[in-house]
Amino acid sequence: MSFLSYLISGISLGSIYAIIALGYTMVYGIARMLNFAHGDIIMVGGFAIFTVVSTLGMAPLLGIITAAAVCTLLGVTIEFVAYRPLRGASSLAVLITAIGVSYLLQNLALLIFGSNARQFTSVVTMPGLKLAGGRLSISGETIVTILVCIVIMMSLTAFINKTRIGQAMLAVSEDRGAAALMGINVNRTIAITFAIGSALAAIAGALLCSTYPSLTPYTGSMPGIKAFVAAVFGGIGSIPGALLGGIILGVVENLSKAYISSQLSDAIVFSLLIVILLVRPTGILGKKINEKV
Amino acid sequence: MAILEVKDLEVYYGVIQAIKGISFEVNQGEIIALIGANGAGKTTTLQTITGLIPAKAGKIIYEGNDITRIASHKLVSMGMAHVPEGRRVFAQLTVLQNLKLGAYTRKDKKEIEETLGAIYKRFPRLEERKNQQAGTLSGGEQQMLAMGRALMSHPKLIVMDEPSMGLSPIYVNEIFDIIKEINDSGTTVLLVEQNAKKALSIADKAYVLETGKIVLSGDAKELMNDDSVKKAYLSE
Repeated sequence: MSFLSYLISGISLGSIYAIIALGYTMVYGIARMLNFAHGDIIMVGGFAIFTVVSTLGMAPLLGIITAAAVCTLLGVTIEFVAYRPLRGASSLAVLITAIGVSYLLQNLALLIFGSNARQFTSVVTMPGLKLAGGRLSISGETIVTILVCIVIMMSLTAFINKTRIGQAMLAVSEDRGAAALMGINVNRTIAITFAIGSALAAIAGALLCSTYPSLTPYTGSMPGIKAFVAAVFGGIGSIPGALLGGIILGVVENLSKAYISSQLSDAIVFSLLIVILLVRPTGILGKKINEKV
Repeated sequence: MAILEVKDLEVYYGVIQAIKGISFEVNQGEIIALIGANGAGKTTTLQTITGLIPAKAGKIIYEGNDITRIASHKLVSMGMAHVPEGRRVFAQLTVLQNLKLGAYTRKDKKEIEETLGAIYKRFPRLEERKNQQAGTLSGGEQQMLAMGRALMSHPKLIVMDEPSMGLSPIYVNEIFDIIKEINDSGTTVLLVEQNAKKALSIADKAYVLETGKIVLSGDAKELMNDDSVKKAYLSE
């Protein structure tokens, strides 16, 4: 029974990774860049909720909405100020800028909120479940996280396949120049991608801090890196890949913590990444890139 | 009346001057061909017109408006469509998705459906393969898709870059027949081609480009009989 419990909380942790990984994978797929500041947007989302709910005493739902708005604005601003001027630059220049933005966000948070960990009040009000005569208990946070992840995946897939903007995103991700020739505003499409990714980061922040209720300026950094691993794992650029990668990562991490060693769990996760990439360099669901002659 | 005027256009790649001050006109309803060897600057000229490459000097006037500094994506709703070199269809998307993206700037769903019907009529093979990934089509079919996709925006001027490149002779003939048809139905065509013989056979007027300059221009039929053109481009 304890195995089942570890498995479920692993899926829940994996769902958070998956939601974060979506931001990485969409931005990579469409803007062809790794936004290493993505993890820190989660932290900003966490602090936004903390401020609205714990300091100002407003309802948790309002906190999440505020956080989503703040993060969306932040993501679009970062894209406009830091990344857009580098659109034609080498990918290394963009990568270094992204790392710079990541440190900037962490240090701004350090300046405003200090380095002491804040106790985050869970935004989830749903009670936990007790199954199998009380031997298996699942927390409300776990259930909500998994449900939210499913809803996000389904709506995002529908958004991309059914809407005009979604089709524009697919076109930009394949061929920016050809997309512009269709009348698609490439810059605006990239900005929308950042907006969606950042709003998802805010939701991930709410779920992450509700499950692990300690908030510091570095809260987003490790989950950000793990979600990046999840995105690469599943095949960067692929939305189902982000889900699959996230869930596998969360489950492996949780089971390693439970049965092998909690200190070695990260090492196991990253070793698995290395093995997968050796066997399948494009990730589990990654598309083979055919260079056209 | 000129739908497109290019005046003293100069384009640079870094310090290298690719286009050295060219001027030409495209009149409403015509087929204009730009011919010349590899590296003469034909594609560069087209890409500058449609805003993919910035112009260093000179002017591009479309329907009386200066479009020299206008972004590519805005030209589509002004009625200009570009069939790029190498077709550049969205290989991972289906034929239908590609065609619908061609109508991205149009709002009226009913009109879009009508255009789609007309395109299926002109290219029956695209309808047969509408749910197939564009990357799985043959070269000729991809060229048809690229043309159909451009027509979906209902353009007044269609700019085509090397539509016959890499196609088998049967497809080459078919593609040129279709270009003629597109023009007959009222769309002005600006055509860049290495296949000078074919291009001149359907064009009204032509300009010959050599290393970034127009060296010869005139009526397409006359150019076809010009000795220097024959020697250099028609391999006679």
